[in-house]
Amino acid sequence: MIPRLHAKARLQRDEVRGREVLLYPEGLVGLNPTGAEILELCDGARSLTDIVTTLERRYGVTGLERDIAAFLDGLAAKGLVLYAP
Amino acid sequence: MHPRPLWLLAELTYKCPLQCPYCSNPLDFAGPRFKRELSTDEWSRVFREAKALGVLQLGLSGGEPTLRPDLEQLVGTAHELGLYTSLITSAYRLGKERLAGLKAAGLDHVQISVQGADAELSDEIAGTASYRDKIAAYRYTRELGFPLTVNVVLHRRNLHQVEAMIRLAESLGAERIELANTQFYGWALHNRGALMPTKAQLAAAWQVVERERARLGAALEIVWVLPDYHEQFPKPCMGGWARAYMTVTPAGEVWPCHAAGRISTLKFENVRDHPLDWIWEHSEAFNRFRGDAWMPEPCRSCPRKTRDFGGCRCQAFLVAGDAGVTDPVCSLSPHRHLIDAALANGREPEEWTYRAAPASRALAAKG
Repeated sequence: MIPRLHAKARLQRDEVRGREVLLYPEGLVGLNPTGAEILELCDGARSLTDIVTTLERRYGVTGLERDIAAFLDGLAAKGLVLYAP
Repeated sequence: MHPRPLWLLAELTYKCPLQCPYCSNPLDFAGPRFKRELSTDEWSRVFREAKALGVLQLGLSGGEPTLRPDLEQLVGTAHELGLYTSLITSAYRLGKERLAGLKAAGLDHVQISVQGADAELSDEIAGTASYRDKIAAYRYTRELGFPLTVNVVLHRRNLHQVEAMIRLAESLGAERIELANTQFYGWALHNRGALMPTKAQLAAAWQVVERERARLGAALEIVWVLPDYHEQFPKPCMGGWARAYMTVTPAGEVWPCHAAGRISTLKFENVRDHPLDWIWEHSEAFNRFRGDAWMPEPCRSCPRKTRDFGGCRCQAFLVAGDAGVTDPVCSLSPHRHLIDAALANGREPEEWTYRAAPASRALAAKG
Protein backbone atom coordinates (compact mmCIF):
# COMPACT_ATOMS: atom_id res chain seq x y z
CA MET A 1 0.00 0.00 0.00
CA ILE A 2 1.50 3.30 -1.15
CA PRO A 3 0.29 6.50 0.53
CA ARG A 4 0.61 9.85 -1.17
CA LEU A 5 -0.64 13.36 -0.58
CA HIS A 6 -3.65 14.43 -2.61
CA ALA A 7 -2.68 17.05 -5.21
CA LYS A 8 -4.85 19.64 -3.44
CA ALA A 9 -2.77 19.39 -0.24
CA ARG A 10 0.56 21.13 0.28
CA LEU A 11 3.08 20.51 3.01
CA GLN A 12 4.67 23.74 4.10
CA ARG A 13 6.73 25.43 6.77
CA ASP A 14 4.82 27.81 9.07
CA GLU A 15 7.73 29.99 10.17
CA VAL A 16 5.69 32.21 12.44
CA ARG A 17 4.54 29.26 14.56
CA GLY A 18 7.68 27.14 14.13
CA ARG A 19 6.00 24.05 12.69
CA GLU A 20 5.03 22.33 9.47
CA VAL A 21 1.46 22.59 8.22
CA LEU A 22 -0.61 20.78 5.66
CA LEU A 23 -2.58 23.31 3.62
CA TYR A 24 -5.65 22.44 1.55
CA PRO A 25 -8.78 24.19 0.23
CA GLU A 26 -10.33 26.18 3.08
CA GLY A 27 -8.32 24.45 5.77
CA LEU A 28 -5.04 23.46 7.35
CA VAL A 29 -3.62 20.95 9.78
CA GLY A 30 -0.75 21.86 12.09
CA LEU A 31 1.80 19.05 12.25
CA ASN A 32 4.21 17.92 14.89
CA PRO A 33 7.75 17.05 13.69
CA THR A 34 6.92 13.34 13.40
CA GLY A 35 3.81 14.00 11.32
CA ALA A 36 5.81 16.21 8.99
CA GLU A 37 8.49 13.53 8.62
CA ILE A 38 5.90 10.91 7.74
CA LEU A 39 4.36 13.13 5.07
CA GLU A 40 7.75 14.03 3.62
CA LEU A 41 8.25 10.31 3.05
CA CYS A 42 4.88 9.96 1.27
CA ASP A 43 6.40 10.48 -2.16
CA GLY A 44 4.15 8.14 -4.11
CA ALA A 45 6.97 5.60 -4.42
CA ARG A 46 7.53 4.39 -0.85
CA SER A 47 5.06 1.90 0.59
CA LEU A 48 3.70 2.18 4.11
CA THR A 49 6.15 -0.57 5.09
CA ASP A 50 9.06 1.39 3.58
CA ILE A 51 8.05 4.50 5.51
CA VAL A 52 7.78 2.59 8.77
CA THR A 53 11.14 0.94 8.22
CA THR A 54 12.81 4.25 7.33
CA LEU A 55 11.56 5.96 10.48
CA GLU A 56 12.25 2.98 12.75
CA ARG A 57 15.84 2.91 11.48
CA ARG A 58 16.19 6.66 11.77
CA TYR A 59 15.24 6.57 15.46
CA GLY A 60 16.47 3.10 16.35
CA VAL A 61 13.05 1.97 17.54
CA THR A 62 10.43 -0.59 16.51
CA GLY A 63 6.65 -0.83 16.62
CA LEU A 64 5.84 2.45 14.84
CA GLU A 65 3.54 0.94 12.24
CA ARG A 66 0.31 1.32 14.16
CA ASP A 67 0.83 5.02 14.94
CA ILE A 68 1.96 5.87 11.43
CA ALA A 69 -0.97 4.03 9.85
CA ALA A 70 -3.42 5.75 12.22
CA PHE A 71 -1.96 9.17 11.37
CA LEU A 72 -2.25 8.55 7.62
CA ASP A 73 -5.73 7.04 7.95
CA GLY A 74 -6.85 10.20 9.73
CA LEU A 75 -5.69 12.32 6.79
CA ALA A 76 -7.15 9.83 4.29
CA ALA A 77 -10.55 10.26 5.98
CA LYS A 78 -10.25 13.98 5.21
CA GLY A 79 -9.39 13.16 1.60
CA LEU A 80 -5.85 14.54 2.01
CA VAL A 81 -3.98 11.25 1.65
CA LEU A 82 -4.67 8.66 -1.03
CA TYR A 83 -3.60 5.02 -1.03
CA ALA A 84 -2.48 3.12 -4.10
CA PRO A 85 -2.36 -0.68 -3.81
CA MET B 1 0.77 38.64 22.18
CA HIS B 2 -2.57 38.02 20.47
CA PRO B 3 -3.18 34.89 18.43
CA ARG B 4 -1.90 35.40 14.91
CA PRO B 5 -4.19 35.34 11.88
CA LEU B 6 -4.25 32.30 9.60
CA TRP B 7 -6.69 33.65 7.02
CA LEU B 8 -6.78 36.74 4.88
CA LEU B 9 -9.71 37.54 2.65
CA ALA B 10 -8.55 40.00 0.01
CA GLU B 11 -11.55 41.74 -1.52
CA LEU B 12 -9.81 42.95 -4.64
CA THR B 13 -12.72 44.95 -6.06
CA TYR B 14 -16.41 45.45 -5.36
CA LYS B 15 -17.21 45.59 -9.06
CA CYS B 16 -19.20 42.54 -10.09
CA PRO B 17 -21.17 41.56 -13.18
CA LEU B 18 -23.57 39.53 -11.04
CA GLN B 19 -26.28 41.13 -8.93
CA CYS B 20 -27.10 38.48 -6.32
CA PRO B 21 -29.58 39.85 -3.79
CA TYR B 22 -27.83 38.04 -0.91
CA CYS B 23 -24.40 39.59 -1.57
CA SER B 24 -22.34 40.03 1.59
CA ASN B 25 -20.64 43.17 0.27
CA PRO B 26 -21.55 46.47 1.92
CA LEU B 27 -24.74 48.15 0.70
CA ASP B 28 -22.67 51.23 -0.15
CA PHE B 29 -20.06 49.26 -2.13
CA ALA B 30 -20.35 51.77 -4.98
CA GLY B 31 -19.94 54.76 -2.65
CA PRO B 32 -16.86 56.89 -1.91
CA ARG B 33 -15.61 54.71 0.97
CA PHE B 34 -14.50 51.94 -1.40
CA LYS B 35 -13.69 54.00 -4.46
CA ARG B 36 -9.90 54.15 -4.59
CA GLU B 37 -8.79 50.53 -5.09
CA LEU B 38 -5.41 49.35 -3.86
CA SER B 39 -2.72 49.12 -6.53
CA THR B 40 -0.81 45.99 -7.46
CA ASP B 41 2.13 47.12 -5.31
CA GLU B 42 -0.09 47.88 -2.36
CA TRP B 43 -1.72 44.45 -2.49
CA SER B 44 1.70 42.81 -2.82
CA ARG B 45 2.84 44.61 0.32
CA VAL B 46 -0.34 43.52 2.12
CA PHE B 47 0.33 39.90 1.17
CA ARG B 48 3.95 40.13 2.40
CA GLU B 49 2.89 41.69 5.67
CA ALA B 50 0.13 39.11 6.08
CA LYS B 51 2.55 36.22 5.58
CA ALA B 52 4.98 37.69 8.10
CA LEU B 53 2.09 38.00 10.54
CA GLY B 54 1.23 34.30 10.22
CA VAL B 55 -1.36 34.14 7.45
CA LEU B 56 -1.29 30.88 5.46
CA GLN B 57 -4.62 30.93 3.61
CA LEU B 58 -5.44 33.68 1.15
CA GLY B 59 -8.88 34.12 -0.39
CA LEU B 60 -8.96 36.28 -3.50
CA SER B 61 -12.46 37.59 -3.60
CA GLY B 62 -14.59 40.62 -4.34
CA GLY B 63 -16.91 41.62 -5.98
CA GLU B 64 -15.52 39.73 -8.89
CA PRO B 65 -11.73 39.33 -8.53
CA THR B 66 -11.18 38.35 -12.16
CA LEU B 67 -12.07 41.93 -13.10
CA ARG B 68 -8.63 42.90 -11.78
CA PRO B 69 -6.28 42.77 -14.79
CA ASP B 70 -3.35 42.23 -12.37
CA LEU B 71 -4.86 39.09 -10.82
CA GLU B 72 -2.18 36.82 -12.30
CA GLN B 73 0.53 39.04 -10.85
CA LEU B 74 -1.12 39.06 -7.42
CA VAL B 75 -1.48 35.28 -7.47
CA GLY B 76 2.19 35.01 -8.43
CA THR B 77 3.26 37.17 -5.51
CA ALA B 78 1.09 35.22 -3.07
CA HIS B 79 2.39 31.92 -4.41
CA GLU B 80 6.03 32.99 -4.03
CA LEU B 81 5.28 33.90 -0.43
CA GLY B 82 3.93 30.40 0.20
CA LEU B 83 0.30 31.41 0.73
CA TYR B 84 -2.32 28.85 -0.20
CA THR B 85 -4.45 30.76 -2.69
CA SER B 86 -8.15 30.34 -3.40
CA LEU B 87 -9.93 32.22 -6.15
CA ILE B 88 -13.52 32.97 -5.17
CA THR B 89 -15.28 33.81 -8.40
CA SER B 90 -18.60 33.95 -10.23
CA ALA B 91 -16.72 32.65 -13.32
CA TYR B 92 -18.57 35.13 -15.52
CA ARG B 93 -16.66 35.19 -18.82
CA LEU B 94 -13.84 33.23 -17.18
CA GLY B 95 -12.26 31.36 -20.06
CA LYS B 96 -9.85 28.46 -20.08
CA GLU B 97 -6.89 30.61 -21.09
CA ARG B 98 -7.29 32.92 -18.11
CA LEU B 99 -7.61 29.94 -15.78
CA ALA B 100 -4.53 28.35 -17.33
CA GLY B 101 -2.63 31.59 -16.75
CA LEU B 102 -3.71 31.63 -13.12
CA LYS B 103 -2.64 27.99 -12.76
CA ALA B 104 0.77 28.88 -14.17
CA ALA B 105 1.00 31.78 -11.71
CA GLY B 106 0.53 29.30 -8.86
CA LEU B 107 -3.17 29.47 -7.98
CA ASP B 108 -4.04 26.54 -5.69
CA HIS B 109 -7.82 26.26 -5.59
CA VAL B 110 -10.88 27.60 -7.36
CA GLN B 111 -14.29 28.23 -5.84
CA ILE B 112 -17.07 29.01 -8.27
CA SER B 113 -20.51 30.09 -7.17
CA VAL B 114 -23.75 28.98 -8.75
CA GLN B 115 -27.09 30.46 -7.80
CA GLY B 116 -29.35 27.54 -8.69
CA ALA B 117 -29.09 24.03 -10.13
CA ASP B 118 -30.37 25.03 -13.57
CA ALA B 119 -29.83 27.96 -15.91
CA GLU B 120 -33.27 29.45 -15.46
CA LEU B 121 -33.19 29.82 -11.68
CA SER B 122 -29.45 30.50 -11.42
CA ASP B 123 -29.61 33.34 -13.93
CA GLU B 124 -32.73 34.79 -12.33
CA ILE B 125 -31.14 34.92 -8.88
CA ALA B 126 -27.82 36.21 -10.21
CA GLY B 127 -29.66 38.88 -12.18
CA THR B 128 -27.18 38.23 -15.00
CA ALA B 129 -27.06 35.37 -17.50
CA SER B 130 -24.03 33.52 -16.17
CA TYR B 131 -24.93 29.84 -15.70
CA ARG B 132 -23.43 28.74 -19.01
CA ASP B 133 -20.09 30.41 -18.21
CA LYS B 134 -20.07 28.78 -14.80
CA ILE B 135 -20.62 25.26 -16.13
CA ALA B 136 -17.90 25.79 -18.72
CA ALA B 137 -15.51 27.12 -16.07
CA TYR B 138 -16.21 24.18 -13.75
CA ARG B 139 -15.10 21.89 -16.57
CA TYR B 140 -11.98 23.96 -17.28
CA THR B 141 -10.89 23.86 -13.65
CA ARG B 142 -11.10 20.08 -13.71
CA GLU B 143 -9.22 19.85 -17.02
CA LEU B 144 -6.49 22.07 -15.59
CA GLY B 145 -6.24 19.99 -12.41
CA PHE B 146 -7.50 22.56 -9.91
CA PRO B 147 -9.26 21.38 -6.79
CA LEU B 148 -12.79 22.72 -7.14
CA THR B 149 -15.36 23.99 -4.67
CA VAL B 150 -18.90 24.64 -5.83
CA ASN B 151 -20.46 27.35 -3.68
CA VAL B 152 -24.20 27.87 -3.43
CA VAL B 153 -25.83 30.42 -1.16
CA LEU B 154 -29.16 28.97 -0.01
CA HIS B 155 -32.40 30.83 0.65
CA ARG B 156 -36.14 30.60 0.19
CA ARG B 157 -35.95 30.62 -3.60
CA ASN B 158 -33.44 27.80 -4.14
CA LEU B 159 -33.50 25.51 -1.09
CA HIS B 160 -35.73 23.04 -2.96
CA GLN B 161 -32.83 22.40 -5.35
CA VAL B 162 -30.29 21.17 -2.83
CA GLU B 163 -30.33 17.61 -4.16
CA ALA B 164 -29.90 18.79 -7.75
CA MET B 165 -27.03 21.06 -6.63
CA ILE B 166 -25.21 18.17 -4.98
CA ARG B 167 -25.74 16.01 -8.09
CA LEU B 168 -24.40 18.83 -10.23
CA ALA B 169 -21.25 19.15 -8.10
CA GLU B 170 -20.81 15.37 -8.21
CA SER B 171 -21.17 15.26 -11.99
CA LEU B 172 -18.57 18.03 -12.32
CA GLY B 173 -16.06 16.09 -10.22
CA ALA B 174 -15.85 18.80 -7.54
CA GLU B 175 -14.02 18.10 -4.27
CA ARG B 176 -16.38 20.19 -2.17
CA ILE B 177 -19.75 21.79 -2.28
CA GLU B 178 -20.51 24.57 0.14
CA LEU B 179 -24.21 24.84 0.83
CA ALA B 180 -24.15 28.13 2.62
CA ASN B 181 -27.44 29.19 4.11
CA THR B 182 -27.76 32.95 3.77
CA GLN B 183 -26.24 34.89 6.65
CA PHE B 184 -28.01 38.20 7.00
CA TYR B 185 -25.46 40.94 6.40
CA GLY B 186 -25.02 43.48 3.61
CA TRP B 187 -27.50 42.98 0.80
CA ALA B 188 -28.83 39.82 2.39
CA LEU B 189 -29.99 41.79 5.41
CA HIS B 190 -31.55 44.41 3.16
CA ASN B 191 -33.40 41.61 1.33
CA ARG B 192 -34.07 39.49 4.39
CA GLY B 193 -37.83 39.39 3.91
CA ALA B 194 -37.44 37.95 0.43
CA LEU B 195 -34.71 35.45 1.28
CA MET B 196 -35.79 34.04 4.65
CA PRO B 197 -36.39 30.29 4.32
CA THR B 198 -39.13 28.41 6.11
CA LYS B 199 -38.44 25.85 8.78
CA ALA B 200 -39.96 23.13 6.57
CA GLN B 201 -37.64 24.04 3.67
CA LEU B 202 -34.60 23.82 5.91
CA ALA B 203 -35.67 20.51 7.42
CA ALA B 204 -36.19 18.99 3.97
CA ALA B 205 -32.84 20.27 2.68
CA TRP B 206 -31.01 19.00 5.76
CA GLN B 207 -32.48 15.52 5.21
CA VAL B 208 -31.09 15.55 1.68
CA VAL B 209 -27.66 16.63 2.96
CA GLU B 210 -27.52 13.81 5.51
CA ARG B 211 -28.56 11.21 2.95
CA GLU B 212 -26.13 12.47 0.31
CA ARG B 213 -23.25 12.65 2.79
CA ALA B 214 -23.82 8.98 3.60
CA ARG B 215 -23.94 8.11 -0.10
CA LEU B 216 -20.90 10.11 -1.20
CA GLY B 217 -18.51 9.77 1.76
CA ALA B 218 -15.10 11.31 1.06
CA ALA B 219 -15.80 11.55 -2.69
CA LEU B 220 -17.54 14.90 -2.27
CA GLU B 221 -17.30 16.97 0.89
CA ILE B 222 -20.65 18.60 1.60
CA VAL B 223 -20.30 21.69 3.77
CA TRP B 224 -23.56 22.92 5.30
CA VAL B 225 -23.39 26.44 6.72
CA LEU B 226 -26.08 26.69 9.37
CA PRO B 227 -29.02 29.07 8.97
CA ASP B 228 -28.28 30.79 12.26
CA TYR B 229 -31.61 32.61 12.72
CA HIS B 230 -33.22 29.17 12.99
CA GLU B 231 -30.73 27.98 15.62
CA GLN B 232 -30.97 28.13 19.38
CA PHE B 233 -27.38 29.25 19.96
CA PRO B 234 -25.19 31.60 17.95
CA LYS B 235 -22.43 30.57 15.59
CA PRO B 236 -18.81 30.90 16.77
CA CYS B 237 -18.44 33.70 14.27
CA MET B 238 -14.96 33.79 12.65
CA GLY B 239 -13.72 31.62 15.53
CA GLY B 240 -13.91 34.74 17.69
CA TRP B 241 -13.35 38.41 16.94
CA ALA B 242 -9.85 39.09 15.57
CA ARG B 243 -8.50 35.64 16.47
CA ALA B 244 -7.81 34.01 13.11
CA TYR B 245 -9.29 36.06 10.27
CA MET B 246 -9.07 39.40 8.65
CA THR B 247 -10.50 41.03 5.56
CA VAL B 248 -8.87 43.76 3.52
CA THR B 249 -11.41 45.73 1.48
CA PRO B 250 -10.77 47.04 -2.07
CA ALA B 251 -9.69 50.45 -0.78
CA GLY B 252 -7.51 49.08 2.01
CA GLU B 253 -9.63 49.13 5.16
CA VAL B 254 -8.93 46.16 7.42
CA TRP B 255 -11.84 44.41 9.13
CA PRO B 256 -11.99 41.35 11.41
CA CYS B 257 -14.52 39.86 8.98
CA HIS B 258 -16.13 40.82 5.70
CA ALA B 259 -19.22 42.32 7.38
CA ALA B 260 -17.59 44.32 10.19
CA GLY B 261 -17.38 47.57 8.24
CA ARG B 262 -21.05 48.17 8.94
CA ILE B 263 -20.32 48.62 12.67
CA SER B 264 -20.33 52.41 12.65
CA THR B 265 -19.25 52.66 16.30
CA LEU B 266 -15.78 51.28 15.44
CA LYS B 267 -12.99 53.02 13.57
CA PHE B 268 -11.29 50.77 11.03
CA GLU B 269 -7.73 51.45 9.96
CA ASN B 270 -6.32 51.34 6.45
CA VAL B 271 -3.24 49.55 5.09
CA ARG B 272 -2.33 52.84 3.41
CA ASP B 273 -1.82 54.39 6.85
CA HIS B 274 -0.50 51.54 8.99
CA PRO B 275 1.35 48.24 8.62
CA LEU B 276 -0.91 45.21 8.86
CA ASP B 277 0.73 43.88 12.02
CA TRP B 278 0.04 47.16 13.82
CA ILE B 279 -3.59 47.04 12.77
CA TRP B 280 -3.86 43.43 13.96
CA GLU B 281 -2.07 43.98 17.25
CA HIS B 282 -2.91 47.52 18.26
CA SER B 283 -5.89 49.01 16.44
CA GLU B 284 -8.89 49.84 18.58
CA ALA B 285 -11.34 47.96 16.34
CA PHE B 286 -9.38 44.68 16.49
CA ASN B 287 -8.94 44.82 20.25
CA ARG B 288 -12.46 45.92 21.09
CA PHE B 289 -14.00 42.42 21.25
CA ARG B 290 -10.97 40.23 21.80
CA GLY B 291 -11.10 37.78 24.69
CA ASP B 292 -14.15 37.88 26.97
CA ALA B 293 -13.69 40.98 29.17
CA TRP B 294 -16.12 42.92 26.94
CA MET B 295 -18.92 40.41 27.41
CA PRO B 296 -22.15 41.40 29.15
CA GLU B 297 -24.61 38.90 30.57
CA PRO B 298 -25.89 36.41 29.61
CA CYS B 299 -22.52 35.63 27.94
CA ARG B 300 -20.26 36.59 30.85
CA SER B 301 -21.31 33.72 33.11
CA CYS B 302 -22.24 31.32 30.29
CA PRO B 303 -20.23 28.11 29.90
CA ARG B 304 -20.72 28.32 26.12
CA LYS B 305 -18.70 31.53 25.83
CA THR B 306 -15.47 29.65 25.13
CA ARG B 307 -17.22 27.84 22.28
CA ASP B 308 -19.27 30.56 20.59
CA PHE B 309 -17.42 33.72 21.75
CA GLY B 310 -20.74 35.48 22.27
CA GLY B 311 -21.67 34.93 18.64
CA CYS B 312 -21.42 37.58 15.97
CA ARG B 313 -20.61 41.23 16.76
CA CYS B 314 -21.96 42.42 13.41
CA GLN B 315 -25.27 40.68 14.02
CA ALA B 316 -25.50 42.23 17.48
CA PHE B 317 -24.96 45.66 15.91
CA LEU B 318 -27.24 45.16 12.91
CA VAL B 319 -30.14 43.56 14.78
CA ALA B 320 -29.88 44.88 18.36
CA GLY B 321 -28.13 48.17 17.57
CA ASP B 322 -25.13 47.48 19.84
CA ALA B 323 -22.06 45.49 18.78
CA GLY B 324 -21.26 44.81 22.44
CA VAL B 325 -24.29 42.70 23.37
CA THR B 326 -24.95 38.97 23.04
CA ASP B 327 -25.71 37.83 19.49
CA PRO B 328 -29.51 38.18 19.33
CA VAL B 329 -29.73 34.74 17.70
CA CYS B 330 -28.99 33.26 21.15
CA SER B 331 -32.14 32.02 22.87
CA LEU B 332 -30.75 33.55 26.08
CA SER B 333 -30.38 37.01 24.53
CA PRO B 334 -32.81 39.72 25.64
CA HIS B 335 -33.02 40.66 21.94
CA ARG B 336 -34.04 37.23 20.65
CA HIS B 337 -37.55 38.52 19.96
CA LEU B 338 -36.09 40.62 17.12
CA ILE B 339 -34.90 37.45 15.39
CA ASP B 340 -38.23 35.74 16.00
CA ALA B 341 -40.01 38.74 14.48
CA ALA B 342 -37.80 38.49 11.38
CA LEU B 343 -38.63 34.78 11.10
CA ALA B 344 -42.33 35.58 11.36
CA ASN B 345 -42.07 38.35 8.73
CA GLY B 346 -40.39 35.87 6.40
CA ARG B 347 -43.71 34.06 6.04
CA GLU B 348 -44.85 36.75 3.58
CA PRO B 349 -42.05 36.86 1.03
CA GLU B 350 -41.16 40.24 -0.42
CA GLU B 351 -39.50 41.30 -3.66
CA TRP B 352 -35.74 41.66 -3.46
CA THR B 353 -33.46 44.46 -4.61
CA TYR B 354 -30.65 43.28 -6.85
CA ARG B 355 -27.12 44.18 -5.81
CA ALA B 356 -26.12 46.79 -8.36
CA ALA B 357 -24.26 50.08 -8.41
CA PRO B 358 -27.28 52.38 -8.93
CA ALA B 359 -29.18 50.78 -6.03
CA SER B 360 -26.01 50.96 -3.93
CA ARG B 361 -25.52 54.67 -4.61
CA ALA B 362 -29.16 55.35 -3.82
CA LEU B 363 -28.89 53.44 -0.52
CA ALA B 364 -25.59 55.16 0.33
CA ALA B 365 -27.20 58.56 -0.26
CA LYS B 366 -30.04 57.60 2.08
CA GLY B 367 -27.42 56.66 4.68
